[in-house]
Amino acid sequence: MTSLTADVLVIGGGLAGSWAAVAAARAGAAVILVEKGYCGTSGVTATAGPGHWWVPPDPDLRRAAIDRKLTPAAGLADPDWMARILDLTWTSLPTLEGHYRFSVDEAGRKQYRALRGPEYLRAMRRLALEAGATILDHHPALELLQHGDGSIAGARGLVRATGEDWTIRAGATVLATGGAGFRSHLLGAANNTGDGHLMAAEAGASISGMEFSTAHCIAPARTTMTRSMSYAFARYFDTDGCEVPIPPGPDNNREIAAALLKGPLFCSLERVPEDVRRLLPQIQPNFGLTFAREGVDPFTERFEVTLRGEGTIRGSGGLRIADADCGTDVPGLFAAGDTATRELVAGAVSGGGAINSSWALSSGQWAGRAAAERARRAGRRDAELARPIGQAGLRPLARPGGLDPREVERAAQAEVLPFDKIYFRQARTLAASADRLETLWRDTADHLVAMGSDRLRAREAAALVATARWVTHAAAGRTESRGMHYRTDLTGRDDRFAARQLVEGLDRVVTRYERPAAATARLEIAS
Amino acid sequence: MIELVVESRCVGCSACVEVCPTGVFDRAADGRPVLARVEDCQTCFMCELYCLADALYVAPDCENRVPVDEAAILASGLLGQYRRDSGWDEWEADPSKSNEHWRMEGVFARAARAPGGVGPGPARVE
Repeated sequence: MTSLTADVLVIGGGLAGSWAAVAAARAGAAVILVEKGYCGTSGVTATAGPGHWWVPPDPDLRRAAIDRKLTPAAGLADPDWMARILDLTWTSLPTLEGHYRFSVDEAGRKQYRALRGPEYLRAMRRLALEAGATILDHHPALELLQHGDGSIAGARGLVRATGEDWTIRAGATVLATGGAGFRSHLLGAANNTGDGHLMAAEAGASISGMEFSTAHCIAPARTTMTRSMSYAFARYFDTDGCEVPIPPGPDNNREIAAALLKGPLFCSLERVPEDVRRLLPQIQPNFGLTFAREGVDPFTERFEVTLRGEGTIRGSGGLRIADADCGTDVPGLFAAGDTATRELVAGAVSGGGAINSSWALSSGQWAGRAAAERARRAGRRDAELARPIGQAGLRPLARPGGLDPREVERAAQAEVLPFDKIYFRQARTLAASADRLETLWRDTADHLVAMGSDRLRAREAAALVATARWVTHAAAGRTESRGMHYRTDLTGRDDRFAARQLVEGLDRVVTRYERPAAATARLEIAS
Repeated sequence: MIELVVESRCVGCSACVEVCPTGVFDRAADGRPVLARVEDCQTCFMCELYCLADALYVAPDCENRVPVDEAAILASGLLGQYRRDSGWDEWEADPSKSNEHWRMEGVFARAARAPGGVGPGPARVE
């Protein structure tokens, strides 16, 4: 077994985790970043092309940009947090110079705002190493370690190649494990199974906004290629070749879901302009990969499409943020990126790639810096007793065995991936899902266990059940429609619920509303 | 899912073993990748991007295994497409492979203005 100590442990090496490692190391901390896969290719940023929320530091422009986003946020966002991420994004991206080759437009202006995912994450890896962080690839975390006083003492996990354990004691821990994508075949999201949500909940953390988890992205059928830009020009047809009246994108996924529930759906991209077609390989080099391999010309031939669920990834829910440093409700535990709630900056709608990337960059740095500061103040405490606190999928409560993690995963998916259950929520079907997930959770907590490297799969299955259960309870608890959360039985917005909703608990899930703070915040920025 | 390692091209550098986010490959004694857990492949094409030998082929189907014909794939010119279009490695200085990703926002704006478009408004920037 490997035993290591550090000032700061970062769990997850995607966009938020790598920014956290950079910030903590620059603050003088000894940093270890553990990643389930490979820091540079793991996570949903590496396969995508994130824009950022990019507004020059002019007070009027910034205020106008925030005001535009406050309306769709439906009362749940906080303009102060929005201003903070705008500011940190503006100053941070140029610091990638030397590791990322920024393009220059026709007017000679350097374009910092939008980066290609593979190059961005490759640059982040180099930046983290240059800052002095240690990166352990293929070292998934399985559970947190907790001191007697409730604070987090580090984590324990496994080495994928050998199945052996590692333990890392640290003065502070940052969770940057991503959102929960329920293995929908969303591009790059297979590792995003809600591990951090489960680990944090076991330590007593609250989770917020899990009902805002209905986003989907279009892809050619049977592929993962959720690169959606070209579909802004799309037209859609049914099996008989009749055009399906779907409004133009990008916010038309509920209509696409409704069409898919009726039967196969085919797409035409003939309206994509010639010059865009020519430049596409340079804009999104992976967009054309699946078409070329299928021998399909997407601009002249119709092709079948599907939607891939984005779960909480392009949703806005995640761990409740308890302070300005991205601390959670648990001492010594910080959350960054899609692991954290993004309601603070996006409210009841998806922040889209732009706000979510700015959030990952910002929350990562705040969490990393604060974790370094906490470790400096409180020390590593690595001689003190600490207890591993993982339960479901690791330490069954009853007779171990008899459950296949892949079947557990499929059963959880069946409650949160079908379009009708996600896009057309209603009390009756939510209650039925909650019942099935309750049974599945009991079985998982009682019996699921595995050995060696297979422990990862078991733990991921437990996390998928846990997050599916929280999503379902939160969707049932918000008895109105707001933002991306749409109830067919309660289609209107109800101002009594203009507040963030928390889900808490593993053994028993409870939901409650936080006091509405957003209304006051909005008045402050207006004055 | 990944369906093919072209043995005649593979130089045994193990880059794919290292960068695969989902642990699909085992490393053989000579450094060559072994397709050990194809069903865990998330069809992200990252291994192809990092394969300097253009020896890997990820089939577009992420739901089912598909049979592949190595000779046909070698003849198709598809190997290495992602790395080439991304302007990595030997294509880094090639102006026809420059990174035009920043134009995405402008493309969304054109779509919104096009006939049948949504009109000016916030676009989904990926």
